[in-house]
Amino acid sequence: MADRKRTAASAAGGFAVLGAACLLATGLAFGPSGAQEPPKAPAPQDEGAPQDIQVPAPPFTEGIFPCTQCHDGKTVKLNTTRRKLVDMHDDIVLQHGPASRWCLDCHDPQDRDKLRLASGERIEFSRSYLLCGQCHGDKFRDWRVGVHGKRTGEWNGKKQYLLCVHCHYPHAPHFKPIKPLPPPVRPETLRGEKGAQP
Amino acid sequence: MSDFPETRAAEPEEAGTGSSSRRRFLATAGVAAVAAALAGCKNLSLEEFVQRNFREVSKDELKTIIARLEKEYAAKFGKKVTVGLEPPLPGVLFGYALDLSRCIGCRRCVYGCVKENNQSRDPQIQWIRVLQMDKEAGVDIQHADPYYNPELVPQEGHFYMPVQCHQCKNPPCVKVCPVGATWQEPDGITVVDYNWCIGCRYCMAACPYGARHFNWGAPHLPPEEINPATHYLGNRPRSKGVVEKCTFCIQRVRNGRYPACVEVCPTGTRKFGNLLDPQSEIRYILENKRVFLFKEDLNTQPKFFYFYGV
Ligand code: SF4
Repeated sequence: MADRKRTAASAAGGFAVLGAACLLATGLAFGPSGAQEPPKAPAPQDEGAPQDIQVPAPPFTEGIFPCTQCHDGKTVKLNTTRRKLVDMHDDIVLQHGPASRWCLDCHDPQDRDKLRLASGERIEFSRSYLLCGQCHGDKFRDWRVGVHGKRTGEWNGKKQYLLCVHCHYPHAPHFKPIKPLPPPVRPETLRGEKGAQP
Repeated sequence: MSDFPETRAAEPEEAGTGSSSRRRFLATAGVAAVAAALAGCKNLSLEEFVQRNFREVSKDELKTIIARLEKEYAAKFGKKVTVGLEPPLPGVLFGYALDLSRCIGCRRCVYGCVKENNQSRDPQIQWIRVLQMDKEAGVDIQHADPYYNPELVPQEGHFYMPVQCHQCKNPPCVKVCPVGATWQEPDGITVVDYNWCIGCRYCMAACPYGARHFNWGAPHLPPEEINPATHYLGNRPRSKGVVEKCTFCIQRVRNGRYPACVEVCPTGTRKFGNLLDPQSEIRYILENKRVFLFKEDLNTQPKFFYFYGV
């Protein structure tokens, strides 16, 4: 046990040295242009949403939120039996993950206005990326640094971002095919106005 | 026989008058040519005709040039069009990355670019070309199809590779321009001075990416569709006979904004940023993803990268 601890400590020391070397190298590489610091993009955070980035509200179906309008424990009683829904929400055909998956794996049974992580933690719909990130860790990591998904705004400043569910309908997340805009005109049919002046 | 010396003797005299009259003729012709050139360019003012290369004019001269252009554009389009001169930002080198595993070939970028950058609608000019390729064959330009037009994209078995200016660090187009009408700016963007371009199209022949486009006809840009926020070296309206190209939306990126194609793409395929900023998205991609350069063997050293985000 003590042995293992020592190894870990020395490994950490090694990383520190490596890190210092990297810093030095970076300093050298960007030294000449360093007279004026390049504008910085916001640094990615460790947990949750990327810093300084506005994420728009979740794309709810109109009139459906808050869910506790009906799921208040009285109007609609909690029923934790896996079943095919017939009275309500029968438009949802779940095409996401294994067949055994169902509503209450993600929606919190006690508080329907919240989502539920595997750990049991309740989260707001506006932080649904945490839920998606449980399985899609690689995508989540890329999303946080701005590589997966779409960002708009400023490359060196304020950005807007989208939630996973803005592009991927959570009940059937595969990106839907769309109609392409028209192809370019073939060069042989390109015709300017004859004798037209600039 | 006797005629012969006579003719020869007469020659010097005649030649004398001949050459002086030729000189006179050439002088007259010269004036006439300038007049004809000016008359031929109906809309070309004298100021425009004698305007020097963008990189040689003084700040004061630039002001008059901008004022003249804005007046011309206002008259032509019936609304205020601003021509900006935003300089390159210090410590910034622009880079672009395109995720081949995401692009669905929808061409939103193509038309978003046309709208932002005031390309001619007819004859049609587009700076982005999306190539459809076979997944089986991989990146194979010989068999790429830019004219695909199915009901829905992406199509089974295909992937899509948009091509536009690669903003090469070693740009062949700049090298071949005989008049210095195109050059690379300190932030890495290759630009064209449309008022200096002579339309020889050497740059188009030199570009291995087909990224340069020529105004064969008078560009048609409906006034209601013009983007009035322009840059001198970017999306200001062009005229017949000049070459144009993608500038990473110089009018936007020098004001800190993303290029139009980045913002319009529905799949988040397009990534943009400062190559000198270790925290930028673009640096993350270069350091963590599988990246390739298109036609790397030509040593053009693009600042436009393709990657697989998967
Ligand atoms: S808009 Fe995006 S997905 Fe559509 S063709 Fe362009 S790069 Fe590809």
